[in-house]
Amino acid sequence: MGMTMTQKILAAHAGLPGVSAGQLIEANLDLVLGNDVTAPVAIKEMGKMKINKVFDKDKIALVPDHFTPNKDIKSAENCKCVREFAYNQEISNYFEVGEMGIEHALLPEKGLVVAGDVVIGADSHTCTYGALGAFSTGVGSTDMAAGMATGKCWFKVPSAIKFELVGKPGPWVSGKDIILHIIGRIGVDGALYKSMEFVGEGIKHLCMDDRFTIANMAIEAGAKNGIFPVDELTIEYMKEHSVREYKIYEADEDAEYDETYIIDLSEIKATVAFPHLPENTHTIDEIDDIKIDQVVIGSCTNGRINDLRIAAKVLEGRHVAKGVRCIIFPATQKIYLQALEEGLIATFIKAGAVVSTPTCGPCLGGHMGILAAGERAVATTNRNFVGRMGHVESEIYLASPAVAAASAVTGKISGPAELGL
Amino acid sequence: MKAIGTVHKYGDNVDTDVIIPARYLNTSDPRELASKCMIDIDKDFVNRVKPGDIIVASKNFGCGSSREHAPIAIKASGISCVIAETFARIFYRNAINIGLPIIECPQAAKEIEAGDLVEVDFDTGIIYNRTKNSQYKGQAFPEFMQQIIMAGGLINYINSK
Ligand code: SF4
Repeated sequence: MGMTMTQKILAAHAGLPGVSAGQLIEANLDLVLGNDVTAPVAIKEMGKMKINKVFDKDKIALVPDHFTPNKDIKSAENCKCVREFAYNQEISNYFEVGEMGIEHALLPEKGLVVAGDVVIGADSHTCTYGALGAFSTGVGSTDMAAGMATGKCWFKVPSAIKFELVGKPGPWVSGKDIILHIIGRIGVDGALYKSMEFVGEGIKHLCMDDRFTIANMAIEAGAKNGIFPVDELTIEYMKEHSVREYKIYEADEDAEYDETYIIDLSEIKATVAFPHLPENTHTIDEIDDIKIDQVVIGSCTNGRINDLRIAAKVLEGRHVAKGVRCIIFPATQKIYLQALEEGLIATFIKAGAVVSTPTCGPCLGGHMGILAAGERAVATTNRNFVGRMGHVESEIYLASPAVAAASAVTGKISGPAELGL
Repeated sequence: MKAIGTVHKYGDNVDTDVIIPARYLNTSDPRELASKCMIDIDKDFVNRVKPGDIIVASKNFGCGSSREHAPIAIKASGISCVIAETFARIFYRNAINIGLPIIECPQAAKEIEAGDLVEVDFDTGIIYNRTKNSQYKGQAFPEFMQQIIMAGGLINYINSK
């Protein structure tokens, strides 16, 4: 029987000629990731192990991004723990404040992940790198500890759902609208334990940043990973960012899928997920007046350069509505600098938005933009769970950068069309 | 190995943000985490929970972030087992890796009610509701995972190899 893209990558890393869904395997890892929340727990766990040296100092990435620059003493202590570990173990990919960015934007940009890799990260959105044709998945701190020590991780080989993307998306429709549409269709557990494999001619219309956004939110459908085939655009991206050799795995003709969905990109409209689940989706034309207090543009989902360009296009020559706070987070230092050089930051500031240094910040209700009781935010982030951005009685509406920026201008949930765009 | 305890019942999609909100993630101390467990979905949980108690929930329990702080908080609260219709996959891994017993059983998840006294036998996968005198068969772990749990978690398992 044929294998899916994911199954082929896993088989190769387990040293097996073939694997099938449900099989338990042990795979060799190309990269193990942790952040300032999950790495301290992993470091403590590794301290209990007989192996006290990491398996490969070049295959560990430590990115303090959640509560950095440190918001309080406890988070400073956590970062110190990660910093000292990185120093003692001579970890080459430790990123201090100043070089740091949001992990899932940073790793591809630094060329640390390429097609064909197997990556685990103690962060659920590790699935982002599937956009590059890699198998990457979120795990917990104990898995991270074991991965750092042994370079291996156990997996149950997943079955897959195929999403065939056809057609060309309309203006202002982005990767975020596509993935919200898909989650709205299949639900937050619609791909539980499975791979989401994206294929089809529609992919050629999606820039790398859109593909990262889509793979990033695979976990929001419960998936183990999301993965894209490698095309010319992927190769161009990898050549630009990485010196590592990549390997392309394609699904077999006779690979088995649990289900197949045809997604016609030309029919997708701007989509917003209402509180408190990413599956509560509505298209922009079905939404009545919903007044908002805050807009957040950033995160590992939508803090990349293309996202900022779209936001700037909407905010150019306009102003954030009175009573609305608009907070913009470029996801990495490089993106920040690029946005500065392209004049996007000036556009944001003139429009009355604030621009922050890269951090997870309000995305997980950490710092820099916490909501009070009864407040409402439109955010380009990935989760709108109860209390995710602050008070349990606050509300988060998930949307694309275009919708978030337009909403900032009108003060209610709006698409760019409302601004005549 | 067996667990016996009183049930705390929850619905679908109990996410890691309500199990332990991010505002408390600046620590990884189990006792501190336990003192905030379930706070955003059930404020009174920390006062009500007794050692040995059992959580029963519907589908996709533990969805959301990969924070191991979530199963750690639950375990440190004294919960001896979580029964659910389905678990989110990262939570499932984490629970096994830290040694929090969990068991999937849709029927039990539907029928068991808050306050019931329930007994779980992990070797057989049998769930017995003493209050209602009803019995269910849960999904037993594959052998490999049983070995991890029996070793007391992944770290001990690797150390013993
Ligand atoms: S930006 Fe948000 S979702 Fe992404 S890694 Fe940070 S906290 Fe997690």
